[in-house]
Amino acid sequence: MATATREKFDNIIEIKNVTKVFDGITAVDNVNLAVRRGEFVTLLGPSGCGKTTLLRMIAGFELPTSGTILLEKQNVTTMPPHVRPINTVFQKYALFPHLNVFKNIAFGLKLKRIPTGEFDKKGNPILRKYTKDEIAEKVERVLKLVNLEAYGYRGITGLSGGQQQRVAIARAIVCEPKVLLLDEPLGALDLKMRKEMQLELAAMHKNIGITFIYVTHDQEEALTMSDKVVVMTDGAVQQYGTPKAIYDEPANAFVADFIGESNILSGVMKEDFLVEFCGAKFKCLDKGFGKDERVDLVVRPEDIEIDTKKGMLEGKVVSTVFKGTYYEMEILAGDYQFTVQNTVERLPDETVWLSIKPDGIHIMKKLKTVNEYVGEVLTENTVEFCGGEFEFVNTDGFERGDEVKVQIPFDKIELTDDEDDGVIGANVTQTLYKGSYYQVQVYTDDDNDFLVDTVDEWDIGDRVGIKINAENITVTKKEEESEKSEKIEPAENEAEEAEDGE
Amino acid sequence: MESNVENLINATTGEQPGAEEKAPRKTKLKIRGMKRSAFAMPYLALSIVFVIVPLFIMLYYAFTDGDGNASVANFVHFFVRPNIMAVMGKSFLIALLTTAVCLVLAFPLALALSSTTLNKKFILVMLFVLPMWINSLLRTYAVKIVLYMLEISNAWVAVTIGMVYDFFPFMLLPLYSVLSGMDRSLIEASQDLGASPLKTVFKVQLPLSLPGIVSGVLMVFMPTVSTFAISDVLGDTSTYMFGNIINQWFANSGGWNIGSAYSLLLLILIAATVILANKITKGQAEVGGVL
Repeated sequence: MATATREKFDNIIEIKNVTKVFDGITAVDNVNLAVRRGEFVTLLGPSGCGKTTLLRMIAGFELPTSGTILLEKQNVTTMPPHVRPINTVFQKYALFPHLNVFKNIAFGLKLKRIPTGEFDKKGNPILRKYTKDEIAEKVERVLKLVNLEAYGYRGITGLSGGQQQRVAIARAIVCEPKVLLLDEPLGALDLKMRKEMQLELAAMHKNIGITFIYVTHDQEEALTMSDKVVVMTDGAVQQYGTPKAIYDEPANAFVADFIGESNILSGVMKEDFLVEFCGAKFKCLDKGFGKDERVDLVVRPEDIEIDTKKGMLEGKVVSTVFKGTYYEMEILAGDYQFTVQNTVERLPDETVWLSIKPDGIHIMKKLKTVNEYVGEVLTENTVEFCGGEFEFVNTDGFERGDEVKVQIPFDKIELTDDEDDGVIGANVTQTLYKGSYYQVQVYTDDDNDFLVDTVDEWDIGDRVGIKINAENITVTKKEEESEKSEKIEPAENEAEEAEDGE
Repeated sequence: MESNVENLINATTGEQPGAEEKAPRKTKLKIRGMKRSAFAMPYLALSIVFVIVPLFIMLYYAFTDGDGNASVANFVHFFVRPNIMAVMGKSFLIALLTTAVCLVLAFPLALALSSTTLNKKFILVMLFVLPMWINSLLRTYAVKIVLYMLEISNAWVAVTIGMVYDFFPFMLLPLYSVLSGMDRSLIEASQDLGASPLKTVFKVQLPLSLPGIVSGVLMVFMPTVSTFAISDVLGDTSTYMFGNIINQWFANSGGWNIGSAYSLLLLILIAATVILANKITKGQAEVGGVL
């Protein structure tokens, strides 16, 4: 218990049940997050996942719709930004064009009040401004830190992107904030510059010991620099852990797909430590799944070995690309097209054998195994759910007005190009390539999501129609609901406990 | 036939026939054989007739006497009359006053309007710009009636109110456009670094809107310094302005020479203000000179 309190005290920032809704759209959805003092934490996710909104709420530019933000155990949720001991490095630097480099950096210092060490009659500390010399000294020191010693009296507009970036960082850290927020600060730099700045930022973090919260959509950047990575999508945290944990043990198929190259497949757990996919059985290191439970699994391209004579899966090379230090090959084995990285090249049409060691296979619980909704029977053969009226085969004699559970398998849903061809319209929000098909997530206008397995490729943001054949809609009584929810709850608790333990 | 057409095209573009056979024709923008600069011709003609020629006529009148002999007597006429110089000073004073009042009123308003939450869909800005659609003389008479109803009889107050009302949109619009075009992240950066919203106005928004301020100041100051209609309608003899004097000289058939000289003096002073204003904005790389 004692360790727990100490740890809690060490959390410099705590975000509790924070939700932000913009005009009816949920940008951040009930996020809980604790950042420890001195850590380099990266919020990682595709654009529109809510990471910048979360950062802006920590900075004070946005008010959460609900939830609280604590800074050193003090509630700062509604504190205006200019009072928070937090500074930000903005995406496009936001340097003041009417001030030179020196004055830009001194901007925050001139406004800052520091205790003189004396107290007034009421016992409140007396505050004073920094003197001119103190400001000059601090600015010089920070200019040195960002390698811009001679640039103090240059204008802002004449600086290169990299130099502006350094000024922006200097301007923020010179105020000695408790937390430094960085909103995709390297996004506008070219690749080489970006790599350099990544290392410099990481070194700077070590030197000055300020807590960094960094936002990026670049997974490589996140893995290189951070102590901890928060993977976000759809406004929710998918996984929070060290870069290594996130790469090696992705929590779900989305994280696996977003972090690094990966082969994501569907498989069936035959028993503990044994999984079946592509028609073959593989040893693995995972247990605790139900017998014959359908699971998602990840195999990293570098974990697949290739041999010409023996192996677990026979495959045929489809293509090969030289990537500098290795060859990246697409190999068709069974139904799946594997991405494989190896230093030895195999030519297209060559037959090869693939093998995967147990520690190369990572098994993840399927988030959802079937699309399930609550609906209402409208007529003898139509049922309404998700704002649409679908035909179904009424074998169990449901009557008008019955509340029912509707299930549709992933691969029995048809997406149409033209919204009007479907029963209801929806937006594509995610697509995952699963070797031989795409798993597409679409959101309907009433905020229900469908997972659809399809061989067609859809782009995120596409507007589609949803069509389902009558015989593919399974309608059952609603009573079973309670049983099912009981089954789910312990699993969720387990997951929470696992997070707490970390 | 074909070569005739070609000659015609070449003639308009000033190229010699046959020249293209030796060197490939340079790709200039041409529409039906016309150079791009040809489109400027009507405007050039317009400005010659309505700006340049009148300017020279004015110069001619200013530097001649009634019989057409060269003379600087018209300028001497101004500089030996302290009361007329005082009227000019008064014109500058009232123009400065109007400009200052416009600026002080328009800046906070522009600041408020530039926030998107308050000014959805431009409606509020339109509200302030709408009076501009009506003839200024009509508006001035309307102001006269309103002032009469409010029992404001002081000529100076009346003229200033009338001028502020008339020229307010010219101050508001440039300020609004520069403030609403300002990068929001600059304001956020200022607050992030510890500046309260009020300090942000003075340390960031005000200095960065300098080009808009200068442009607004010129747009208000220049027409107010030479106006005579508003002081005619709203003022009395105490608000007799330089514009009124010029107007009177031109109204008399014999006064064109002195009227021209006075106009020229006013023109020189206004030009000096513009040059000064451009000097102020020179440091601002973003928006650049105003004129």
